[in-house]
This record gives sequence, C-alpha cells and structure tokens, in this order.
Amino acid sequence: MTPEILLALLAATVQAGTPILYATLGEILTEKGGILNLGVEGMMLVGALIGFLTALHTGSPVLAFVAGGLGGACMAALHGIVCIWFMGNQVVSGLALTIFGTGLAGFFGTPYIGRTAPGFDKFSLPLLGDIPVLGTIFFQQDALVYFSFLIPPLLWAFFRYTRWGMAIRAAGECPAATRAAGLNVLAYRWGALLGGGVLVGFGGSYLSLAYTHLWTNGLTSGRGWIAVALVIFAFWKPSRAMIGAYLFGGIMAFQLRLQAMGTALPSSILLMLPYILTIAALAFSSWRSERTHAPAALGVNMEPSE
Amino acid sequence: MLQISTVRRQEPLGWGSCLVFFAALALAFTVSGVLLVMQDKPPFTALWLLVYSAFGSSYALEDCLIKAVPIFLCSLGVGLTFRLQIWNIGAEGQFALGAIGATWAALTFPGWPWYTLLPTMLLCASLTGSLWGAIPAVLRLKLRANEIIVTLMLNYVGILVLDYLVYGIWKDPGSFGFPMTSEFVPAAVVARIGDTRLNWGLALCLAVGVLMSVFLRSTRLGYELRACGENVRAARYARMPYAKLVILVMAVSGALAGWAGFLEASATLGRLQPSIMSGYGYTAIVVAWLANLNPFVIAVSSFLLAGLRVGMESLQLDLQIPAAFGAIMEGLILLAVLAGGFFSRYQLHLRRTR
Repeated sequence: MTPEILLALLAATVQAGTPILYATLGEILTEKGGILNLGVEGMMLVGALIGFLTALHTGSPVLAFVAGGLGGACMAALHGIVCIWFMGNQVVSGLALTIFGTGLAGFFGTPYIGRTAPGFDKFSLPLLGDIPVLGTIFFQQDALVYFSFLIPPLLWAFFRYTRWGMAIRAAGECPAATRAAGLNVLAYRWGALLGGGVLVGFGGSYLSLAYTHLWTNGLTSGRGWIAVALVIFAFWKPSRAMIGAYLFGGIMAFQLRLQAMGTALPSSILLMLPYILTIAALAFSSWRSERTHAPAALGVNMEPSE
Repeated sequence: MLQISTVRRQEPLGWGSCLVFFAALALAFTVSGVLLVMQDKPPFTALWLLVYSAFGSSYALEDCLIKAVPIFLCSLGVGLTFRLQIWNIGAEGQFALGAIGATWAALTFPGWPWYTLLPTMLLCASLTGSLWGAIPAVLRLKLRANEIIVTLMLNYVGILVLDYLVYGIWKDPGSFGFPMTSEFVPAAVVARIGDTRLNWGLALCLAVGVLMSVFLRSTRLGYELRACGENVRAARYARMPYAKLVILVMAVSGALAGWAGFLEASATLGRLQPSIMSGYGYTAIVVAWLANLNPFVIAVSSFLLAGLRVGMESLQLDLQIPAAFGAIMEGLILLAVLAGGFFSRYQLHLRRTR
C-alpha cells in the first residue's frame, strides 16, 4: 500500500465516521439525561430523507442540514411523548420508533430513489489544509465534517461547566434527588432528548447531503445501531465517541476500498466486518470496564409525584 | 382552576384496557390515514381495502394463517425472553440461521425419505437458530455485553451469511445467475393439509403454543421464569438459576425462530433465496409486546399483523402504496399501544383548586 493510498483511505475514514459521530454524540446527550432512545436508526433515516428533500426543493444545503436535524428532533419528540409523558417502556418505544422511521423513509422516499440533490462539497481549509498528512486527512473535507469537530469539545464543556449540562446529568443519575433540589427533571430530560434528536438527525442528513448526494432505500444500513453501541464503547464520553466513530469509519472505508480493488473475498463477508467489529468492541469495552459508566437512572421512567 | 394529578391504580383496569387498546388502534389508523393523504392516496379507500383484502375472503384468511405461522413462532420466543427482561431483538437473524440449517440438511441428504429428512431439517434449524440465540446470552452473562445490540448486529450478520451461501457455494447452477439454491426434493417439503394451501407447520404452531402455556403454568422452570420476569433481583435472592434461565430462554427463542425459518424455506418457498427475509423477526417484536407476552394472545396478534401484511400486498398492487407503509403502521400501532398502557397503570384525578 503506497502512502498516497493510505492517506486517501484515512481521509475516507474521517468522512465515513462523521455520520456515526453525529449520531453517537446525539445519543450520548440523550442518555446522559436518563432517556434510552433506541430509535437512532429510524431517526437517522428520517433526518436523511428530510435533508435530502429540502435540498432537492430549496437547493440550499445549509437549510437542508438544519431541516434534517429538526426531523430527528421531531422523531425524538414522539419518543418523549410515549416515554416521558405516558411512561411507556423506553426499550420498546425506541424499537417502535426505528420500525416507524424506516417505514416513513421508505414510504416518502420511494419516488426519489436514484435522484440526486445539491449537497456539501469538499474544500481545503486555508492554512490547516496545507499541513502535511494531518491536513490531508482532517482538513480537506466538507463543511459538515469541520462542524462535527466542534461538537465533542462543546458537549464536554457543556456537561462539565454549565448549569444546564450538570442538571441534565443529575436528571440522568438521580432524578428523585434532582427533583428534591427543586429542578424540573422532565424539562431537562426533554431538552436532552430533543437536543440529541437534532444531532442524530444531523448524522442522517450527512449521509444524504455529503456522503452520497443521492437517495437510496436503507441509506443508514445499521449505522444508527452502531452509534448506540458506540455510546457504551465510549463510556458516555464525547472524546471517546470520536475515537469509536473513526474506528468504524475506518472499517467501512477499508471495506469499500477492498471491494473496489476486487479481492477474492465475497462482498457479503466484507459487509459483515462492521457488524462483527461492533460486537467485538462492545464485548471488549463491557468486559474491560470494572464498573458500568451508564447514567444510573438510564431507561428508568420517572414516577409522577403526588 | 383545575389541577390534574396522576395516581397509580390500585386495581387492574380489566376490560377498560380493551377500550384503551382500541382507542390506540384508532389513533394509529388515523395518523396512517393522514400520511396517506400527504402522498395523495385516498385514505378511506386504502384503509378499507387493507382490512377487506386481509380478512374479507377465505382465500385471504388462508394467506393470513400462512403468514401468521412464522410471526407466531418468532414472537413466542421473543415474548419468552422479554419475560426475563432480556431484550432479544434478534429473531430476524435466528430465523435466517434456522433456514440455513434446514437448507443444509435438505441439500446434504436429498435421498432420505420424508420421515427422516424433515425431522433432521427441524433439528438442524433448531441447532443453528439456538446457537445464534445463545451467543448474545453468553456474551451478556460473561462479558456484560448489551444483548439488544449484539442480537441486532447478529441479524445483519445472519442475513449476510445467507447471502453469502445463496450467491456462492449453494447457488443452483441452473438458476440463470439468480441467487437461489436448487429446489428442495419433495421429501424435504412440509406437506399441505388436505387440499388447502395451509401446511402442517400450522399444527406445529398449535402444539408449541399449547406446550408453552402448560410449561409456563405448571412446571417449576416455568414458574421460575415468571418469577424472574416479575422481579429479577428478588428471584436472584431466592437463588433461582438466573444465568441458566437466560441461556435456556435465548436458545429456545432462537430455536423457535429457526423453526419459522425452516418452515418458510421448506413449505412456502421450497428453496433458500434472499427474499425469504421479509422482516418477520421485527414484526414478532411488535406482536410479543402487543400480546402482553401471553401465548394465546400472541396467536391472535400474529394473525392480525399477518393480516396487515396480506392487506399491504393489495395496497401495493391496486394503489401503488410502497410496502414501507406496513412498517409505518406497525410502528404507529406499537407506539400508540405503549402510550395507552399509561391508562391501565395510572389514573388521572381532576381537582378544583382555589
């Protein structure tokens, strides 16, 4: 493998990892507030479709990206209505959301299969893009990749230094004590859920706006579930989410490259790689960690007060 | 001013929960209708056609029963794991592995008579299916790996294994390049009942369903299972074999989904091909939850959701509504019923405050 090919592969890694990164960060935000949302796969698909349709009809990629995020938030709101208001089971509601979202994307997207829409193109950042090696890998990408670099540090600072971030963490760790301290637990949970929904929607619209520029059925192909697994792998830390997302981006880029080069391995075996790696990463990180890093009240609904 | 407060019910709601259930269904149908309008499809015609073409003729009812068989088997297993609060959403992959196991037997021993070949196929399907179910259980117990994600990832892997086989070493040389195995010998096909289109798989379902109810009600293991499901911590404290139960239940669940795969390959298709995967494993999750994990209600719900699939085929043909609409309805029904569960557990009190 020559250095040029390796550099191209690493740059492709960052691109393939970006949608997973958005989705993982979104799920981290949601789960920190104590809400387990397994609907990521469905939310990403809806975000991807809404982003694509907006780009197609308005011609504005930026507007489309924002619309994709809002689409994710709308789906998250459904989960909130079922779980926060009506105290339904969070696991089942998330599964239902995935089934529903997959259906929505197929139902409204079928007429558009194969159509292309304006999206984001790659450009080299001034100065940073000229750095050898690192510049080629990280700073000759599209605007959405650069935007995704900003979110992990922001999210980290948000949880660590802001009043809202700490309140969300408290709502996820010990809702009863949080309520006793006079904070509105459900409001913070709603905030975390909707904010996470926006990020997951961003991840979906990255797929249709920058990764493919084109609509196909089943665009996400399990990336939403990989994101859910990465939250555990990342110990709910935004910085580790970045490592995990690029690890999976690497596997996906590598497998595409192998297919393009034409190996003796059948494509179905290559396509298995990310899924098997997910299981391995999950098993490894669960086994290695002494304690569970999950928010203590994750997935537990808050009983109404008298 | 009026103030609303929520209070946990002391008495179960009883028949009222039926009312809640139908209200939830009505809500799901209404939202589906709105979505149809957004796509310029006639909502009332479509929903009427959906119900009528599913349950309106004996031919359609037969179709419903045929499709209910795999859903019922998958969902019985899924329901069993849900009882233990183990979230097995891998019925889809276990179904694929079951079909693969059965196909292996059918292709390897084509000379055998049906009375040895069919049981061998069933056994192989149980082995491969339960293997696929036991992997997540072991990973969960030994390494604390989250079973939701492992079962789901194994779905993708299982379907790709199936693809690998039918595109590769099992491809029928006479299939003109289509990804499918050669047709099973007649001895490997589960026979039909009389001159109906139903096959003896239906009888298998009946037997399994009855056995499962008896097992849950009248055996020690069944009792332990229900106890663990009610309260895992208390059951562990009472020294119930939680780990053993988890592996057992996941293996049984995998075997049942595997049987569904076996029946689908043998009786419905007569060979293995990628179109065997039509999402029965995911529908099974909806069914298991709707049925509150009770075997008899699972049978009824399987039949109804099979009806949704049969009706969808007419909607596709007559109104060009994409098949994904079926998934929309499944998701909506599940969401609405989940939210409706609130009213069976809680009461709303209105109080006048000054």
